[in-house]
Parts: sequence; structure tokens; C-alpha cells
Amino acid sequence: MRIETRERRLGAALVAPALIWTVAFFVLPFAAMVWMSLAHLDGRMVVPGPDAGNYLRIFTEPSLRRGIWVSLQITAIVTVISVLLAWPLAWIIAMRVPPQWRRLALLLAVLPFWTSYVVRSYSWALVLGERGVVMNALTGIGLLSEPVQIMATRSATVIGFVHFFVMLLTLTIYANLVQLSPNYARAAEDLGASRFQVIRLVILPLTLPGVVTGAFLTFVLCIGDYITPQILGGNNELTVPQLIMLQLGRRGDYPMASALAVVLMAIVTLAYAACARWLRMDRL
Amino acid sequence: MTLKHTCAVAALCLGFAGAADAQELNALIWCDHADPALLEPFETAHGVRVNTKEYEGTAAGLTILEQSRPGDWDVMVIDAVDVGRAVERDLLAPLPVDQLPVADYFPQVVLDENNTVDGVTYAVTEKFGYNTIAYNKAKVDPEDMKSLASLWSGKYAGRIAVYDYYLPVEGLVGLSQGIATADLDAAALDKIREPLFALKAASKQVSDVVASQTALATGEVDILVGGGEWLTAVLHEENADLDWTIPEEGGLVWAQSLAVLKDSTRPDLALEFVKYITSPEGQARLATSSCYWGMPANRKAEAHLDDAQKAILRWDEQADYLARAQLYPVPDAATDAAMQDLWTDMLQH
Repeated sequence: MRIETRERRLGAALVAPALIWTVAFFVLPFAAMVWMSLAHLDGRMVVPGPDAGNYLRIFTEPSLRRGIWVSLQITAIVTVISVLLAWPLAWIIAMRVPPQWRRLALLLAVLPFWTSYVVRSYSWALVLGERGVVMNALTGIGLLSEPVQIMATRSATVIGFVHFFVMLLTLTIYANLVQLSPNYARAAEDLGASRFQVIRLVILPLTLPGVVTGAFLTFVLCIGDYITPQILGGNNELTVPQLIMLQLGRRGDYPMASALAVVLMAIVTLAYAACARWLRMDRL
Repeated sequence: MTLKHTCAVAALCLGFAGAADAQELNALIWCDHADPALLEPFETAHGVRVNTKEYEGTAAGLTILEQSRPGDWDVMVIDAVDVGRAVERDLLAPLPVDQLPVADYFPQVVLDENNTVDGVTYAVTEKFGYNTIAYNKAKVDPEDMKSLASLWSGKYAGRIAVYDYYLPVEGLVGLSQGIATADLDAAALDKIREPLFALKAASKQVSDVVASQTALATGEVDILVGGGEWLTAVLHEENADLDWTIPEEGGLVWAQSLAVLKDSTRPDLALEFVKYITSPEGQARLATSSCYWGMPANRKAEAHLDDAQKAILRWDEQADYLARAQLYPVPDAATDAAMQDLWTDMLQH
């Protein structure tokens, strides 16, 4: 009995720091944010709630509702393209690159992480501009007679995101791939599977946890990102983080900003619930 | 070390800390005030160091103040139209206007209606300029820029950027529809909705200062709606074709003010800073700050500017410009919210 009590105390003591940390830096701030989201702005003063008016506005005002839709669209496009590009890249690094070169290949893959996120976005602005490298090359070789607008469009935002998230996904999928025993593929080949069938029916399903984990991280980071759409999107459509910044920087409307942030968290929670079955953070 | 020694060292450290504290002035500023060439004469004259923190947007500035301890900040640069908001929150200290050179100001930018509340002056104008049309005269016919109607003509579709600030741009669109900035109320906003959306449709981007400057400088766009000397002057050496004008319908005067914070622990030094910035020398340095240029509010700054600087600032044309330009709209809270809603709708359109 005494040993049990001691073990319980030890367990509680070991859990306590993490618990205190979570309560102090997640639960309490989140509760404060929810409470703020239930207040409203009267003139320029914040009036305490509870009042669900901000949530009602988010789902009834076209510009706010469209912000959620734009965010979801961009995030879905970015996640799909990033997975489609990252999986073959990770597979090549894990399966085709000789072991002595893998470290270098991985280093090259994560090279973009070495640059500041803001600097990288501004660099894309210069690359994608009408007088940037891409348009100069395309018009120079005669593929285009006139430069087309990529900068300040959704395409620019997606390109900026994909550049970043392909690297992230490559790492998560690579981590998954290198943990796979080569015996799976050998067994499948012994049983008559073609190389394509081995990839499609054996390796691909086994890497699903890595793909889903990377895709989930991509989803979370992409839908909450302010910098890339702000710099590359040209303010031609607003995502939820941009709407939040408008409430904070321009209007001082903390209740609406909080409500939008809560909606953003709800979306992320739903995304987590949707892919929880496959999420394997321990594979990273 | 004995207790006496420890106490002596501690006292010495506290003394130094106090002395160091007394040698600093904390300023919440816009980027033009971060120029060492502006701050250096004041720092040398008073033997102090000016610590600056840049902010953009009044709401962001007010947030910084609310999240700081009382006394953390001594002076603040603020949009002239927002002085009332800061006074409403009891953040600013009255200024002894009789000790400041406002008599030497361009009369149109004294802006008592903005800087004075209930007969008490809380801020003083320090710099002004115009939100109007900036353009590349090598790519755009300057004759077209004499009328705001050119923006909607289709001739420049896709070559326009809109400065991402609702007050001046909605004011300009109002002027294009014959609505004075002082008359921008809820009913007037309905009238500018479609023209504003049409302007967005003809534009390539709606961008902040840096992105607008980059787009104009790199040739991504040829016209910036809401631009002016504050945007083109710093690019003059790189591209002398970047120009600005006030069209026949008019333009808007922007103005920034300087205020002493109520909880400043160094109110005398803060006032000295205001005196320096509004002095002819301080005004000339502020006008030609490395971040962006603008007209000094104090006319006597002329003596400290060379001919080339005055030409870029269009010193000799100020009388005409000030006569043709209108002040920013000063909306009440409800109209301000409606203007921002309209701006958000435009961005999402």
C-alpha cells in the first residue's frame, strides 16, 4: 500500500512539470482567448460577454466566411501538391541514393530551412515577378511572348508554400521509409509482384503514417501562416490569419480576432480528428 | 567580502543603473525616426540615448502601450487623425504649446482639430505629405494622371497597385466621385463601394509600403494609388522617372504627430525631444529621413534643406498643393468600422 502511494506520488511529481507547463501555456491562454472571443467591440472599447455575435458574423459576413474558404482551398492544394512531390523525392533519397550520399541528399533537401522564412518569401516575390527569373527565362526562350502575372496571385502563395512544405514532408516520409524492412519488398517480389506493384501495394501503404503525419503538419502550419499569403498573395484574397491581423493591427478588435483564432483551432482539431488514426509522431 | 562591501557594491550598481536609466529616452516611433542622422544631434546635445521601437498602425501602437508598464515609453509618433483615440484612452500628456514653434508651421497642418481635445493640446504635427497618385512617368502619360478617372479607364488595368490603407484610398475614391473627405459617411460609403471594387479589379495588388515601393521600383506596376512623395522621394536617385501628382479632383494630406506619454518618467526630456523634432533643424532631418521623406510642418526647416532636397519635396508648390488637397477623413467609431468593413470586402472581392 505504502509502495503504491509512493509510486503514485512519484508519478504525479513526474507528470506535474508537463501538466503545469500545459496549463500555464496552453489551457489558460486558450481559455482567455475563448473568453475574449465572447466579448464584443462597442465603438473602440472592448465590452465583456458572453456574446456569440462574433461567431455569428464569421459565418454570415461574406468577407469573413470567404476567408475560411480561401484558407481551406489554399491549404488543401498545398498539402496535395507537397505530398505528390515529396513522396517520390523521399523514396529516391531512401531507396535509390547510395547510403554514403544520403546525408548530403538530405542536407540539400533541407537547405531552404536555413534561410529566414520572411527572406525566402521576399525572394520568391522577386523570382516570380514580371521581371523575375522565371518570366525572363520563359520569354527569353520564346515559350511566352508576354510575361504573365504569377506574383500577387494565389499561384504565388501556393508556390511559396510548396517550396517550404515539400522539404518538411520529405523528411517525415523519409523517416518512415528508412524504418521499413527491405524484407517486405523482397517477399512481395518473391510472390511475383512487379516493382510498381511493390511500391503501390506494399511500400506506399506502409508509409501512410509518415505521409499523414507530414500532411497534418503541413495543414496546420499552412492554414495558420500569415507571412506567405501576405507577401506573395498581393492582398488579392485574404486568408484567416490575414483577417486576424486586420482585426488586431487596424481595428483593435481583439474579440473578433480571438473568435477567428478559435475557429482556426477548431478547423485544426477537426483535421487532427480526421487523420488521428494514421498519425504516428513517433515515426518522425 | 563583508556585508558592508556587498552593500556598497550593490549601492554602486543601483546607482549606475539609475544613472543609465536617466540617460535614456524611450520612443515609440514610425521608421523615419529611427534614422541615426535624426537622433544623433539630440543625443549629443542632451547626453542621452534614444531607444526606439517602430510600429505600424495605430491599433498596434496602442496595443504596445497597453502591454507595457506605465512609464516604459516617453514619446510617441502617432497618425494625426488618431490622436483623439489615444486621448480617449488617457495615454497622452498635455503639451505646453506656447513652448513649441507652431507659429512657424504651414497653417493648414497645425491641425488643432486633431491634436487638441477640449481645448488641450496633446500632440503636435511634425511631418506631412500627400496620399495621391505616384507613377512612373516613363511608362504612364503624365497627362492621364491629372485626373483620377484614368484609373478606371481601362488603359492602365493590371498596372496599378493600391496602397493598403483604407482611409486615404477610400478618401481618394470619394474624391473621384465628388465626395469631400469630410462628407464620407455611411451613405457616401455606399456610393464609393462599386468604384472601389472596380479599382481593385483594375489593380494588380493591394500592398503595404515596402511591397508598393518594390512593385513601383521594379516595374511590376506603374501607378500607385495612395502614393506620394513619401514613397517616391527615397527612390529618386535610383529612378528619377518615379513621380507623383495631385489630380484635379484633389488628393489627401497625411500628417503625423508627436506626443508625450502621460506616464513618462522623464517628461522634461520628452518635451525637449518634441522641441528638437519640431525645431527647424530637427524638421529638416526628419523630412529627409532615410526611411521615407515628407514635408516638414515647420516652414523654417527650409533654411536647413538644400535646393535638391526642396525640389524633391516640391517645396515651392506647397501652397498650391495644400489648397487643393483635403484632410484625412476623421470618422467616428461606427463610420470607421463601416469603412474598414468596406475595405475588407474590397480585398476579398
